[in-house]
Amino acid sequence: MKKQNVLVRFYRWFFFRARGDSPFKRLLVHLLLIIACVIAVYPVLRVVTISLRPNDTLLTTSLRIIPENATLDNYREVLFGAPEKNRQSDFFLWLWNSFSVVMVTSIISVALAAVSAYAFSRFRFKGRSAGLVFLFTTQMIPAGMLLLPLYIMLAKLKMINSSLGLIIAYSVSSVPLTIWMLKGYYDTIPVDLEEAALIDGASRMMTFTRIILPLSSPSLAIAFLFSFMGGWSEYLVARVVLQKNSLFTWPLGIWTYAQQFTVSWGNFAAASVLIAIPVMALFLYSSKWLISGLTLGSVKG
Amino acid sequence: MGEKASILRKYLPTVLWIVGLVVLYLILRAVFAPHASGINLNSRMILSRIREVSLFLGAIAAGMAVIEVYFYQIFFRRPSHPLSTIVVRLIQGILGLIALLLIIAFFDLTDLIRLPEGLFRNFVLLPASGFAALQKFLVTAKIVSAGQASLVAVVLLFVVLGLLFLLIQRLTQPRVSRVGLAYLLVIPAMVGVLFLIIYPFLFEIKLAFSNASLGTQATKNASYGLQYGWQNLVTLFTGNVAKDAKFFEVLGRTVLWTVINVTFHVMGGMVLALLLHRPMKLQGFYRTLLVFPWAIPTTIAAMALRNEFDLRYGFFNIMLNNIHNFFADLSARVTLLSPMFSWLAENIGPVSWKQDPFWAFVSILISNIWLGIPFMAVIILGGLQSISHEYYEAAEMDGASKWQMFRNITLPLLRPVLTPAVILGVIWTFNKFDVIWLITQGGPQEKTDILVSSMYKAAFQFYRYGFTAMFALVIFFILLGFTIVYLRVTGGLKSATE
Repeated sequence: MKKQNVLVRFYRWFFFRARGDSPFKRLLVHLLLIIACVIAVYPVLRVVTISLRPNDTLLTTSLRIIPENATLDNYREVLFGAPEKNRQSDFFLWLWNSFSVVMVTSIISVALAAVSAYAFSRFRFKGRSAGLVFLFTTQMIPAGMLLLPLYIMLAKLKMINSSLGLIIAYSVSSVPLTIWMLKGYYDTIPVDLEEAALIDGASRMMTFTRIILPLSSPSLAIAFLFSFMGGWSEYLVARVVLQKNSLFTWPLGIWTYAQQFTVSWGNFAAASVLIAIPVMALFLYSSKWLISGLTLGSVKG
Repeated sequence: MGEKASILRKYLPTVLWIVGLVVLYLILRAVFAPHASGINLNSRMILSRIREVSLFLGAIAAGMAVIEVYFYQIFFRRPSHPLSTIVVRLIQGILGLIALLLIIAFFDLTDLIRLPEGLFRNFVLLPASGFAALQKFLVTAKIVSAGQASLVAVVLLFVVLGLLFLLIQRLTQPRVSRVGLAYLLVIPAMVGVLFLIIYPFLFEIKLAFSNASLGTQATKNASYGLQYGWQNLVTLFTGNVAKDAKFFEVLGRTVLWTVINVTFHVMGGMVLALLLHRPMKLQGFYRTLLVFPWAIPTTIAAMALRNEFDLRYGFFNIMLNNIHNFFADLSARVTLLSPMFSWLAENIGPVSWKQDPFWAFVSILISNIWLGIPFMAVIILGGLQSISHEYYEAAEMDGASKWQMFRNITLPLLRPVLTPAVILGVIWTFNKFDVIWLITQGGPQEKTDILVSSMYKAAFQFYRYGFTAMFALVIFFILLGFTIVYLRVTGGLKSATE
């Protein structure tokens, strides 16, 4: 009798605790989240696994996370080349190509967007809402659609197969969305601050550079990050614009690994891990601000 | 004494940073120096790229500065007396005309329009040919060497422009303009957008009414006319869009692709966000792990997943094979439900992800859903966190059930977040083919192509430029129609552009 009583009490406590979530529900939530996490992380771990496999057992049906005879050979080959095969490593070249192109495009697009978003946020000028709607509409243009005319245009300007051509092709693509995002952020900064400064004799330009820009530096960083991430792993435009091996950005570069199935699969995985680690670290580190930037932009429109 | 300490405190971080960077450099050097011969990158290549890129940035900045000063003087200065009015407006008119001529010359150079040979063309090309003549003069007069001619000519040009602007500044007086600054701020972005989005768009429209292809050497020998546009349109709707695929077949697949993807993204994101949105331990940990698919560069994720769909060595087939063996084993050992297990063993097994059109489509769907859920989850979680607790407390007092609260509080209050997210999600998914391209390349037999990837193929594998342009226009209008209808129904963007 007494024993049953304990069981019933446990049962009640476990499934119908009065306040908050019941332990059963919490258990269920954690279980579901763990499953979701495994699904989210496992494919990434598989890449690490493949990168650690020795070259002779690349093709295996084993599902172990740390493979047998794990080795760092693939990393060595990707980073420093393979002297025994008389092959130089292009890894740093690709990284440098990507970095230089994407850095410049991000600087250009954030600078353009930061300045014009301020006008869209604070001034009521003719063509303002038309401009905003127009910027939104440009998002509907398929990526591949402008690629063809841009390609022909760059060919006429003799800029195919040059990093500058790629910079031109990238530079404006993220501007419209960035303007929308930054405008949303500027809108949340109270106008009173600027009005006070204006009364004290500051010019409009000064209120922008001294008040708005410093206050919005987190969102500028987010915009920069977005623009950087967008260009950093872009593949299709780069493929059309760049054909010369020495100009390849890393997505094109590691694709040359991935095309040959057998030997280079390990190299591909190692290169992927090396590239993904800093990017993911940066992303996860900044994800809190990324999220606030995204939702602010969308809540405020 | 105190001053010294504060100086130390002020500069210590900077010094530490510098020391840290130097140490990092030395370590990297020590690691990489022995392998320098194996690395195909040296300081000379780095420096030449930096020079190239900073020249480019400088050129853009200079160009923007000229435009800004020009418009600044139009908005914020006015001539001080009648005579100066004539001079100032004349200079401004000439500069404007030169800019206009340069733009038309650019159109001519890139084949948007083709000016007939003759007086008018020479007039349009005057600024460009004048600049070339200046360079040539500098070289023939032995003032500079041929390599530096263009640089010196540009500098000269800027000196002249600067002098003209100074002259205008002298002849004018300040004027109050309330919205002038707004236009000055918007102009640089608009120039960029006009040059790189609108101009290509116009070009696309022109191309759509042409027979440009590899045979006509792109636009060089292409002919333009309404009949070509009509022909392209007819081919699009009745002929083959890339190689064998037909338009409506691909359109249907694209709609399916978009609907399935966005549905799963929103539903999966909603589930994850609702699971995470509660006071609980390890929340940050879960959130970090859950955004992995978003954080990993798409290119890497797609290429890695492509390998996982391999017939023998990919994860999915290994798992399916294991399940198959498990059931086969079970049916042999357990007599009770043997028929059921053997049926399962017969029907579950490795799938040819790359040869079978259906499974190929499933494979890209799995990949894209996996990639897209974290983004939606994060957006929805942000929306959930902005909903005040008071609503739920009030509803609880009134005895509302969990489902009622979700239906009547959560969903309506999520709408401002969800509406733009869904629109952008649909547009992006509709246009997103890098995953498809990297995993199946549209194969087998173009059975996993969506509209945009067919278009990419038509342009860069079959070189049907005119046709591709018409194709792109049709896709654009499909999306535009969708967005307009969606916004009409939900009244979405009004608050944002008020």
